[in-house]
Amino acid sequence: MTLAFPVAMKFAVKTWSNGKARAGQLQLGSCPSPMETPALLLSTRKGLPLFISPDLLPDLPYPDSALLHVSPLHFVETMSPNIISKLGGLNQMLGLHRHAFAAFPRDSVQCLPEFDSSNKLGASFDTPSGRRLIKPVDYMELICSLKPSLWATLADEVPGWVSDHRNKASVDRTVKWLDDCISQSPASGAVFGAIVGGSDKEQRKRCALEVSKRNISGYWIGGFGFGESMDDRPALLNEVTDHLPGERPRLISGLGLPEEVLQGVAAGIDLFDSSYIYHLTLGGFALTFPLDLLNLAEEFPEKTMGIDQSKINLKATVYRKDTGPIVEGCVCYTCRNHTRAYINHLLNVHEMLAQILLEIHNTHHYLGFFQAIRSAIKEDKFERFCDMFLQKRRDHLTAAVAVGA
Amino acid sequence: MALRFEVLARFNRARAARMTLPHFVCETPLFMPVGTQGTIKGLTTSQLEEIGCQIILGNTYHLALRPTSELIDELGGLHKFMNWSRALLTDSGGFQMVSLLHLADITENGVTFQSPVDGNPMLLTPEESIQIQNRIGADIIMALDDVVKTTTTGPRIEEAMYRTIRWIDRCIAAHQRPGEQNLFAIVQGGLDPVLRDICVKALTERNLPGYAIGGLAGGEDKDSFWRVVAQCTAALPEDKPRYVMGVGYPLDIVVCSALGADMYDCVYPTRTARFGTALVPEGVLKLKHKAMAEDIRPIDPTCACMVCRTYSRAYIHALVTKDAMGSQLLSYHNLYYMLQLSRDLHNSIIQGRFPEYVLVYSFLPPSPKRLFSLSFMLLC
Repeated sequence: MTLAFPVAMKFAVKTWSNGKARAGQLQLGSCPSPMETPALLLSTRKGLPLFISPDLLPDLPYPDSALLHVSPLHFVETMSPNIISKLGGLNQMLGLHRHAFAAFPRDSVQCLPEFDSSNKLGASFDTPSGRRLIKPVDYMELICSLKPSLWATLADEVPGWVSDHRNKASVDRTVKWLDDCISQSPASGAVFGAIVGGSDKEQRKRCALEVSKRNISGYWIGGFGFGESMDDRPALLNEVTDHLPGERPRLISGLGLPEEVLQGVAAGIDLFDSSYIYHLTLGGFALTFPLDLLNLAEEFPEKTMGIDQSKINLKATVYRKDTGPIVEGCVCYTCRNHTRAYINHLLNVHEMLAQILLEIHNTHHYLGFFQAIRSAIKEDKFERFCDMFLQKRRDHLTAAVAVGA
Repeated sequence: MALRFEVLARFNRARAARMTLPHFVCETPLFMPVGTQGTIKGLTTSQLEEIGCQIILGNTYHLALRPTSELIDELGGLHKFMNWSRALLTDSGGFQMVSLLHLADITENGVTFQSPVDGNPMLLTPEESIQIQNRIGADIIMALDDVVKTTTTGPRIEEAMYRTIRWIDRCIAAHQRPGEQNLFAIVQGGLDPVLRDICVKALTERNLPGYAIGGLAGGEDKDSFWRVVAQCTAALPEDKPRYVMGVGYPLDIVVCSALGADMYDCVYPTRTARFGTALVPEGVLKLKHKAMAEDIRPIDPTCACMVCRTYSRAYIHALVTKDAMGSQLLSYHNLYYMLQLSRDLHNSIIQGRFPEYVLVYSFLPPSPKRLFSLSFMLLC
């Protein structure tokens, strides 16, 4: 077994909270400055954001926006590993020298695992090119050509409702594939071992313990975000993180919504891959929830009765003549340059610029959310932050009920 | 009049000029990207500024439908609405109606059509077109003309030409902001030199800030096209801008500039980008083609745009038709290409090397026949 030397990555926990939430610092090979965690990975297609063109990337907060998720599956049948290598790997191929790439197959929009078709040879995924069985050797060929700063080993992800037998098999396979991948590991790029286990606490623990035995840089946690109940999730997350070394970073896929992110942070997870921004953007939504929760004066519920304070749908006719920015005081490109009325018009006439502007704002805003989380942890007020956030989210619902609507 | 046009240098009939508009000082010859609905597809206004865009064209028909000219006016005009600080030009809406709408028809009163919203009969008069454009607030507005396809024959062309003249007077009378917006007339007359001549003379008498050559770019053969442009540019006032509407392909822009035209617009660069086609000096490059998958060169090694400096054909090939980013990047390159063409034309005339520039262009593939026509014209 080849040892994976984590030369491309350094991680350290800087603040331990009373609970399990922690604030850390992540130094990745290709980034000039270290990132702070908990942090959000930006979603990409083949390495570039869906809509934000690369020359507009520098306008996002940095280094908060430095870490990009890429699924190697996006390249299956569209670019050969040979060509990707010739072009120098992701950073070179995309001209993004201040950013770092985190490569793992699961992309909650385009590349979801098809556990029914996975077998002992490989994991099956729906990809833009159709359903494909990915074997460790093929996966590693792509990883080696892409040269990401960090990458996850191949996992057999299953949802929580499969049989015990199937779930156990997924853990066995995932651990085996972890060893297969490590043995073909490229010289650079930090290895994150994949951890699965469905909704079975025992399997989750078993997988976590097995994977921690390997000398790797961090952990990618899969199998969440498949419709499992939010109430059951914290116990399962804890079952994983309780059995992982504290000083190594944990990255999770499938926890997209703010409430879910908070669950993950509370369980000690450091990095999040989310499709929340994508869904918001496509739906014409813009995030508006207040970020400075800890210093927010308590507002009378009547004032905000019935209004969803977390986001607005700019397709609504009420914005036709609204000459304000999406969020007053937001410094993103969209809010500095454009009005709600203009975006409303773009959405009505189905112009792509609408998605570009929305993805910019939503990314900016969500990165702000993560920054607020980090501040709360550093001030040891994370639990209060969570309470306030969840209360605000429910305010508009309870207000409507109180009035007898 | 809200326009100043100063010719800075010439070569034969070609001119490089400075055109001062209320919102921007432009250099001609220039290409205007088409921003149909108040946006260039997939590009931000900051990117457009960065690649050197000077004027954007907005389509009155589309904007009047959504979000309506009244709303644009209420929110301070199209410049403010889309946050574009440079120049804007709006067309009259007539051409779009005739080409897009079922049962559109032209009468002396105006263009009758079926409302796309509820199917009711509607009428766009010269007065209404100008009022809509007054509300939108562009630096240059176009007169409503009676435009016929160049492939049409018979008395219809003559009828359209005379009607265009009658309508320009109605447009002038309806124009409420001549101090801030420049009304351009459009020369019609099909491919008939006699009709074109009558039209040019009549419109010139109205002493408008600028003139467009309309009714071309619709399927006529190239020799006819250039002949009409040559005739009009020879007859139109020297000291006013000439705008060839709907042009077009880079070579056509080079030729028309050699003949003394100054302004151009076309959807071609952005539309062809959405089909995966890039503009290059040799003509076009089809990024969807299988061969591109293994090609690690940039789209155009001589191009200085962000796309060509950063990406390979192989990567763009992987994006096109599958990811929105693909058509975004190609639109960016294609527009840069057209705007660079504009700068090259302007600068080569200023620097006294216009013939050399044109000859390089005409030696590129695909057609030696064009080289012949081109050289013939340059000798004139």
